[in-house]
Amino acid sequence: MRVAGKGLLNTGRSVPFTFDGVRYDGIEGDTLASALLANDVKLVGRSFKYHRPRGVLSAGSEEPNALVTIGSGAQKDPNVRATVQEIHAGLQAHSQNRWPSLAFDAMAINNLAAPFLGAGFYYKTFMWPKAFWEKLYEPVIRRAAGLGGLSGENCADEYERAFAFCDLLVIGAGPTGLMAALIAARAGADVILADEDFRMGGRLLAETYEIDGLQGHLWAEQALTELGAMDNVRLMTRTSVVGVYDQGTYAALERVGHHKPHKAGPLECFWRIVAKRCVLAAGAIERPVAFRNNDRPGIMTAGAVRAYLNRWGVSPGKAVTVFGNNDDAHRTARDLLDAGVHVAALIDSRHDAPNFDGAQLMRGGQVCNASGARGIDAITVRTASGEERIRTDCLAMSGGWNPTVHLTCHMNGRPEWNREIAAFVPKPGAVPGMVTAGACNGAFSTADCLQQGIDAAKIALAELGLTAPDTALPDADDAPYRIAPLWAVAGKGRAWLDFQNDVTVKDVKQAATENFRSVEHMKRYTTQGMATDQGKSSNVGALAVLADATGRGIPETGTTTFRPPYSPVAIAALGAGGQGDGFAPQRYTTSHKASVERGAPMVEVGLWYRPSFFPKPGEKTWRQSCDREVGLVREHVGVCDVSTLGKIDIQGPDAAAFLDFVYTNMFSTLKVGRVRYGLMLREDGYVMDDGTTARLGETHFVMTTTTAAAGEVMRHLDFVHQTLCPELDVSFISVTEQWAQFAIAGPKSRDLLNGLLEAPLGEDWPFMACGSVDLMGVQGRLFRISFSGEHAYELAVPARYGAALFRELVARAEALGGGPYGMEALNVLRIEKGLLTHAELHGRITAFDLGLGRMVSAKKDCIGQTLSNRPGLKDPERERLVGLKPVGAIKQLMPGAFLFDKDAEPVRVNGQGYLTSACYSPTVGSTLALAFLKNGPERHGEVIKVVDHLRGLETLCEVVDPVFFDPAGGRARG
Amino acid sequence: MRLPCPICGERDRREFYYKGAALERPAPDAGEAAWDDYVYLRENPAGDTRELWYHDGGCGAWLVVTRNTLTHAVIGAELASEAKA
Amino acid sequence: MADLIAKLPCDGLLPLSIGKATLVEVVPVALTSVSPLKGAEKDLSKAMTKAHGVGFPGPNNSNGDDAVRAIWFGRAHALLIGPAPDSALVKHAALTDQTDAWAVVCLDGDAAESVLARLAPVDLRHSVFGLGQTVRSQLGHMTASITRVGENAFQIMVFRSMAKTLVHDLKTAMVAVDARG
Repeated sequence: MRVAGKGLLNTGRSVPFTFDGVRYDGIEGDTLASALLANDVKLVGRSFKYHRPRGVLSAGSEEPNALVTIGSGAQKDPNVRATVQEIHAGLQAHSQNRWPSLAFDAMAINNLAAPFLGAGFYYKTFMWPKAFWEKLYEPVIRRAAGLGGLSGENCADEYERAFAFCDLLVIGAGPTGLMAALIAARAGADVILADEDFRMGGRLLAETYEIDGLQGHLWAEQALTELGAMDNVRLMTRTSVVGVYDQGTYAALERVGHHKPHKAGPLECFWRIVAKRCVLAAGAIERPVAFRNNDRPGIMTAGAVRAYLNRWGVSPGKAVTVFGNNDDAHRTARDLLDAGVHVAALIDSRHDAPNFDGAQLMRGGQVCNASGARGIDAITVRTASGEERIRTDCLAMSGGWNPTVHLTCHMNGRPEWNREIAAFVPKPGAVPGMVTAGACNGAFSTADCLQQGIDAAKIALAELGLTAPDTALPDADDAPYRIAPLWAVAGKGRAWLDFQNDVTVKDVKQAATENFRSVEHMKRYTTQGMATDQGKSSNVGALAVLADATGRGIPETGTTTFRPPYSPVAIAALGAGGQGDGFAPQRYTTSHKASVERGAPMVEVGLWYRPSFFPKPGEKTWRQSCDREVGLVREHVGVCDVSTLGKIDIQGPDAAAFLDFVYTNMFSTLKVGRVRYGLMLREDGYVMDDGTTARLGETHFVMTTTTAAAGEVMRHLDFVHQTLCPELDVSFISVTEQWAQFAIAGPKSRDLLNGLLEAPLGEDWPFMACGSVDLMGVQGRLFRISFSGEHAYELAVPARYGAALFRELVARAEALGGGPYGMEALNVLRIEKGLLTHAELHGRITAFDLGLGRMVSAKKDCIGQTLSNRPGLKDPERERLVGLKPVGAIKQLMPGAFLFDKDAEPVRVNGQGYLTSACYSPTVGSTLALAFLKNGPERHGEVIKVVDHLRGLETLCEVVDPVFFDPAGGRARG
Repeated sequence: MRLPCPICGERDRREFYYKGAALERPAPDAGEAAWDDYVYLRENPAGDTRELWYHDGGCGAWLVVTRNTLTHAVIGAELASEAKA
Repeated sequence: MADLIAKLPCDGLLPLSIGKATLVEVVPVALTSVSPLKGAEKDLSKAMTKAHGVGFPGPNNSNGDDAVRAIWFGRAHALLIGPAPDSALVKHAALTDQTDAWAVVCLDGDAAESVLARLAPVDLRHSVFGLGQTVRSQLGHMTASITRVGENAFQIMVFRSMAKTLVHDLKTAMVAVDARG
């Protein structure tokens, strides 16, 4: 219910929303939780395992119970914490993990079966038979135990990522963070102040005390006004810093669109913030006390009750009871009374609790039970004089506060136990560059927080080389925080520790009994702290119970490891920018449009898109197009865009010497105006890449790499030059993108070019010549090289002319009976000639295997030379390149098939090699394949068996020379 | 993780390509053991390590980065072209 | 005069104007990679200054203006933007024509910094990345050259073949920034 005169919801504007289809009204500034409590809705969800009725426990991001699903369809968002979700007009929220309804949940039967569902239940119950696990147990458990469901539809929301940089990142905008940000900003530092809440101020919004004579929230507003006016400050609300990484990198999730009706724009933004220094002012999280039925709706943390009252003007009950073991709990009772809310009793487990006026104080009392199925109606209090039942519709409990140390542990820091506040505090220096301050550092009075904020900022500023301005400590509350630990109230029945994963005191004790004594083992055995809230409110209580059960102290028991993210992050946010076309760059050649217009299906080759084939009317299969294209190259002339091959411009006085070092063969002997095929090894002696390199001038070369290896070769050249021979005067730059390059292949290729070039090609253009040419007013480069075995050229022009030149070349080729050809035909043409691609150069192949052993010059050192001479890499028994031609009735051959002796059983131990490339050759009139066969070159003429186990194919083949067509090479040279 | 490129300044790890330990290439006739060490055998130190990184998404420089595998501290980086092995 | 029709890398994709940012294609007369020969750095810089009025830029910097600009382009490389290189440079440097190798765009407007913050993992805030400063970094998944050529204006270059992705990525970020108002 709302409490008149309380709360900071200034506008008072009414906001309609629905929960499980029922319409409610909240006020602008409400969270879903505060609005539901204002409407006296207590039951908001069902628990994970036992389907127990649950209500709101907290007022922050640590909430374990009040998880709801927001929206519907593709935009359905499960497991949203009602304590974080802001209401807006049209908000639709639904409860989770219940059927058929929240009030009557059939699966609540699990609650009755609880004796069988305790710790280790999964491990013990469903061990046998194995097959039952997948088919029966798991589906049943998954249906019964769970959280909200995914929509099952493609994510329609937009997410974005962004980078930010600052001198100082301040995490948390409570009194500590605000103070630190003020000091740092006034000193001139670039400051980012990030807070997970939609309104900055932290506990100042939830408390009634004053700073410098101003109400806390007004002091916060004043600080924020000052910060907001400074250019060097960036205020990031709704931004949770969720991860801490090396060298001052922080991950933060900003909720951009969840608080308003959906429209265009990102829903969330995942930030990578790089900060030279960081002040962690993340505050503290209140912990519950474990007692029987402490999970009833209406039982909340005391600080949350205070927050709902003071910030949202809501009292979660009409007759509230308060139960605590520390002074802070008294504040809740005091604020409620001051607001006119009836406080039925203040139960303080300490026998020396301070006095309290206005309500019954039960010193040394402990709440040992609660009743009321869908909402608490009474509690049982145990004191020295016996047990007493008190009627109440809300219990505010406090087992003390845990500093929010999580982010200090992301780089392997372990928090330390502080006996005085009975809580873990960060280990100083746990994260390089980060200073912890305020409640997250164990400072629990406002004055301490402000002082630590000032001190932390000063430390950071000094390290940044900036001078902190003189700042007086504001006048603020300095009451001490006194606590006497109470983790679990003794007694029968189930007392909850982890509300979200349904872990009870009994479960933890059972884990200890079964010798899961390490906190990490206990965690996994009981699932304590493994839910979406990661046990923020329960971990310390659970390990205290474990410590007790194992007879150790809490420091010896230790904590589990806190890992990123601090609070849940949608995968869509982590992958922001990578949806659809953002997944990878798309590289288009200049002929792309013309190819698409001709109906060519485009295939991805690395990041490039290349045409598979160019279908003609009447062609029904790719093979028909491919066969025709092969034929037009062999008989007339074909045109193919080869711009995607890597091209590297290499210049300098030592360019030739450098090439001699990276290639196995000699390039210093290459004449200007000539091209040579080169083979590149890795240092381990295996082939890395091949290609042609042209010598354009005495000190100027252009190297061609395969499309796939272009980036790798560039990196390799830089590596060899910079790390192995920096003394060589050579430089290189990629020119792949500068030139649009087209293969013109076939007996009529020279005719085509002579119609185009300003100076016809004469006899001085032999095979492997290169040079500059003029055509249609443009200067280009011509290389007489062939990847088809035909008389062929590659013509390069500056890329801007690529689109026009491709159309021109195709038109001229068609006039000569030829036309364009695609990747399929290119592949057939090269297989017919036994030419290599990365299907063959797959990383386990040596020059020797390819029959190119003589290309590894013994006259000079080169990368890979030494190790290529290892005996094992020159063993004739190695699998070596051969051609295969079917000889039996079955003609089919597929890459990936294995080779066996004709009569051998096709099992692994009998393997003789494998097949790498295959095609139907219209030129030869047969299926052809390239393969690696043990001792292959010595076995030409032998018939072997090729078995494709995957497709169930068995083909008898004759071993032949890998050059199937024109072995003498007359066509290319002619 | 961020690496201090001696040319560009400190940059995000995503701009870099990792190769491995920074070692000196043996002479061609250094023998099998030396080459085996260079190509295949690697230390796995708990502590400082010298590694080769390539500033692929930046200036294109190869770096020798000294880094601590326990603390993740980056102790320094120098250009491979100027580094002594 | 060429008989072949020339096409720009961003043909049909630009200009764009979304919210407080505009994106236009820039068409330099020439782009030339300039890489000094060993020991020739100073002589090259002098020759460049004499011929083109811009010296060889230091790391992360550029010299010149919209007419002639030399931007640092990576280890031992600068990119001369504008005129064709003077033949006097040949003595001191490896020159490579890059005119057609890059898609060059200019992102201008109050939102430009915010747009780039969604794509580039580098600090491009005015206080640390002033007029004339340049970086080789990434834009989305692409390697890029980014130079501040105006108070709120950035010249962005990626490989020519990636022009469509460049415009897609920038447009997506421009829309997202604009949606926040």
